[in-house]
Amino acid sequence: MKERIIGGYDNFVIPFMIGIIFLLTYLLIGLIRILKHIPGEDRKKLLFSFVNPKILAKDIRDIIRDCLLHVKIFKRNILLGYMHASIAFGWFMLIVIGHIEVALFVPQRNGSLYYPVFYRFFVSEQNYTLKGAFFFFLMDFFLLVVLSGVGLAMYKRIRSIALGMRRTTKPCFADRVALYCLWSIFPLRLLAEGFTAGISGGSFLTKPVNMLFANFFGNDLNIYPTWWAYSIALGLFFLAMPFSRYMHIPTEVLLIVMRNAGLKVTRPRKGFAEAEIYSCSSCGICLDACPMNVQKKNLKYSSVYFIRFLRRHNTRKINEIADKCLMCGKCVALCPVGVESCNIKMAQRGTVTEKLPYDYSYLEKIESPVMASQEKVLYFAGCMTHLEPAIIKSMKRIFEAAGENYYFADSDGGLCCGRPLMLAGKKEAARELIRKNTELFLASGCKTIVLSCPICLRVFRDEYKLPGIRLLHHTQYINALIKNGRISVSKDETSYVYHDPCELGRGCRIYNEPRNVVMALGELKHAAKERKESICCGGSVGSLTLNFEDRAKITQESLRTLTVESPDKIVTACPLCLKTFSDQSKATPVCDIAQAVAEKMV
Amino acid sequence: MNKNVMVIGGGPCGLEASAQLHKMGYNVILIEKEKQLGGHLAKWDRLFPEGIPAREVLDTLIERINGVKCFTETEVVSINLLDKEYNVILSNGITVLSKAVLMTSGFDLFPAEKKEEYGYGIYDRVITNADLENYFKSKNDARIAENPKRIGFVHCVGSRDEKAGNRHCSKVCCATAVKQACEIKALFPDAEVFCFYMDLRMFGRGYEDMYLKAQRDYGIRFIRGRVSEVSETIDRQVIVKAEDTLSGKPLKVTLDLLVLMAGMQNSQAGIRVGNKIGMKRSEDGFFTTKGSILSLQECDKAGIFYAGACTGPKTLPETLNEARAAAISVHNYFYDTEN
Amino acid sequence: MDFGFSLSPSSRIDLDLFDRERFRQLTELEPDVLKCMACGSCTATCTAGKFAKNSLRSAILCLQNGQQAQALEYLKPCMLCGKCFMVCPRGINTRHLILSILKIYGDTK
Repeated sequence: MKERIIGGYDNFVIPFMIGIIFLLTYLLIGLIRILKHIPGEDRKKLLFSFVNPKILAKDIRDIIRDCLLHVKIFKRNILLGYMHASIAFGWFMLIVIGHIEVALFVPQRNGSLYYPVFYRFFVSEQNYTLKGAFFFFLMDFFLLVVLSGVGLAMYKRIRSIALGMRRTTKPCFADRVALYCLWSIFPLRLLAEGFTAGISGGSFLTKPVNMLFANFFGNDLNIYPTWWAYSIALGLFFLAMPFSRYMHIPTEVLLIVMRNAGLKVTRPRKGFAEAEIYSCSSCGICLDACPMNVQKKNLKYSSVYFIRFLRRHNTRKINEIADKCLMCGKCVALCPVGVESCNIKMAQRGTVTEKLPYDYSYLEKIESPVMASQEKVLYFAGCMTHLEPAIIKSMKRIFEAAGENYYFADSDGGLCCGRPLMLAGKKEAARELIRKNTELFLASGCKTIVLSCPICLRVFRDEYKLPGIRLLHHTQYINALIKNGRISVSKDETSYVYHDPCELGRGCRIYNEPRNVVMALGELKHAAKERKESICCGGSVGSLTLNFEDRAKITQESLRTLTVESPDKIVTACPLCLKTFSDQSKATPVCDIAQAVAEKMV
Repeated sequence: MNKNVMVIGGGPCGLEASAQLHKMGYNVILIEKEKQLGGHLAKWDRLFPEGIPAREVLDTLIERINGVKCFTETEVVSINLLDKEYNVILSNGITVLSKAVLMTSGFDLFPAEKKEEYGYGIYDRVITNADLENYFKSKNDARIAENPKRIGFVHCVGSRDEKAGNRHCSKVCCATAVKQACEIKALFPDAEVFCFYMDLRMFGRGYEDMYLKAQRDYGIRFIRGRVSEVSETIDRQVIVKAEDTLSGKPLKVTLDLLVLMAGMQNSQAGIRVGNKIGMKRSEDGFFTTKGSILSLQECDKAGIFYAGACTGPKTLPETLNEARAAAISVHNYFYDTEN
Repeated sequence: MDFGFSLSPSSRIDLDLFDRERFRQLTELEPDVLKCMACGSCTATCTAGKFAKNSLRSAILCLQNGQQAQALEYLKPCMLCGKCFMVCPRGINTRHLILSILKIYGDTK
């Protein structure tokens, strides 16, 4: 292998160089901006993560899994996964092997930005070696892999459902430019390398192309235009990238590192949030995930558009979507990049609501409950559960049957847990309630808190510090009672379907315990969408502006997915879901899991 | 010629309409899904405003239909239009060809267990207006304590409530609540009786007098506030929470008995018949009449007529008037189509 | 002519004090404010209402009666728990209404 072009330079690399230098500068400035905007404490955390081998190993693992192989998308749909992995991993390998080739064969060009990219233009094959053939084969192989991915991507534009997506996002102008560049980069590379293969050498892909085209066009005249075209496509792609969805390629690496370091969203647009925003690949999986998609007019409130407006600084639209969201978390659970859009929305709401006046001076007057010394379990029903007396009555019966000494902390109503305030963006106010509740619980001396409301459980788990106290949702508690034989239930023919409440399932990752309980009572039927794909009941306190009529549409859709296997009963584990469903379920009765158990206790 | 008229629903409305049509010389076929005629009236004890026994009224109505072909425990299996006549197949195997079909399918009481926060079916001391009428008749209901000291009535249960799917006012519950409050006070003179209302709609002749009597003679307390939730004490009494909106303060009271005034919604059985032939229903669930002033008894499908509570909540006298009006509408229809 | 009678300012509702412009802004932000039929369900079920004077119904009434400052006092103890949203028979989006009132009238003294 020998350098063909003396000096190792040709003018056609200029477009590529402009693009790549622009992009690298942009990324550097962006990185500095983000680092500047994250709180000092977070910067320390980030620094610490680089010297912690555990976090470092996780970083590398996550980057390979998520950025290169796209394991999450594979799990969702194999073709869609292959499309992403082939382009990302294939391209990555082309770059790596390109550099290895340069290092091996023309070491004097090490460190040049463009040389590995246009390697085959600059070299000529003197004699055929096994090592050379091996690298040529690898390069052609990965080019083929990328080309197959690009082919699939083009097909997806025409028929997205074949790749498991009902809806896709509408691309903006920069997206289109970048997209068409991306589509043309690799076919152009094939052409360029094909035309040059007679001189530089090639493998199973480029050689036949070379021979085929030699017959039609003759060779040498076409070398320049194709290399120019290839370079222009690359340059344009890099120029368009910062303004397009493809910005997610470099940003996702940063996001993974920051997330593993334990950073959280504090501001809706700056710092960590910015890394999240630019990591969004605009893939549109959240369009299919969003419960509001049941009405076409509400598709515009999906997370992908929220993030697009954040990038464009369109405050009116940003607020509109942030306020509309139900915060069910399904888009976050399914997002291949793991963009925590709900946290960004909460931070965004905070920009408006945080400064609104409030007065919780009455908290000081509330005194700690006095528990009898043998009572170890504290039952906290939660605000909403008081509107569903059947849950409370059933829980009382279950406690009695199990012989539990329990203390009913909010029998006459308690303080709110703070989660609704958090959801509204009023973090400061929520802190006050959390502080007071923590004080009350610690003073009570309880060892276990059983909760009936998943909204409370979520914030208790995430935000409260209650050392020595076990937090259980009543589904977990009942499951343990049945398992330990403290209560027994009779099983019969009744068939149930279980609805995963957002805050209990996606929020607290409690999926199995309620199902175990249901299976002890009768037959468990499946819903069309369940576990982390479960559809919000529509009654969520997450949304600030979604009106009653639109919520009803979501409830209907959720009920439809629950009843596909015609169960006798719908069982849920959240007072809000229960209230919403039982108001609207015409054919199938709805009950809480505690009710279902209390009915069948023997 | 065929002078058959099919009347669907054997409550007071169907009975009165059948009697009138029969008198006019039509061949009336009346069907009722229950074993007994009379609908809700058969389950009621006494009627507002004067307290006339429901039985007397019903007996009179049943006497009047002498000569009418009447099938009880019978429902409509299918109904379709065959060349200007409706072909109605009944569940008892009989097929009727009739030029006019009169819907007198009435109403269902709102299922009070749907308002879970009121605890019907969960707490022992919570009953409905229908349960109370049944108690007045039978003097037997385990849920009513021997000597209740405090009794509450909740107006608008499943009425004026978007969450329950019924935005409309059920019209008769206010008067019924006041009537029942007086009756139960008469039964338990020591008891304190509370009515929780949003607006008291005492629109009919004699109703205001009944309200005045309830205040002056029976000492019923009227509290302007909708009950928001009900909980239970260890002694199985119920604690009711509402706002006394007139003093602007939240209020709670412990009761020995809570009566829910379940409202009216279109009857499921009526809707089933309506769906078989595509009768339109309005947002409130009741059947849509052709016009809202001049043609209240007609459906936009020729030959189908409505009377009574299947087109919205009505008092008994209003229902009986509609029954007669419908009979005339049917008669006019025959007259117009034959000439 | 002055007979020397005067009324203390708080004892009578003065509808001339009704702030039309701000109320218009409020109805634009949350039109549900017009749907209240003053049934009191929200106040009766209110979690904060057990501890302090908190009443959305009263706040709406105050706004319409030109008592903007008083209206705010009726909402400041609110914990946004959402129970009132569940019980409101008119389906009013209560939480957003509360936030909107605080937003528009928040600076009232």
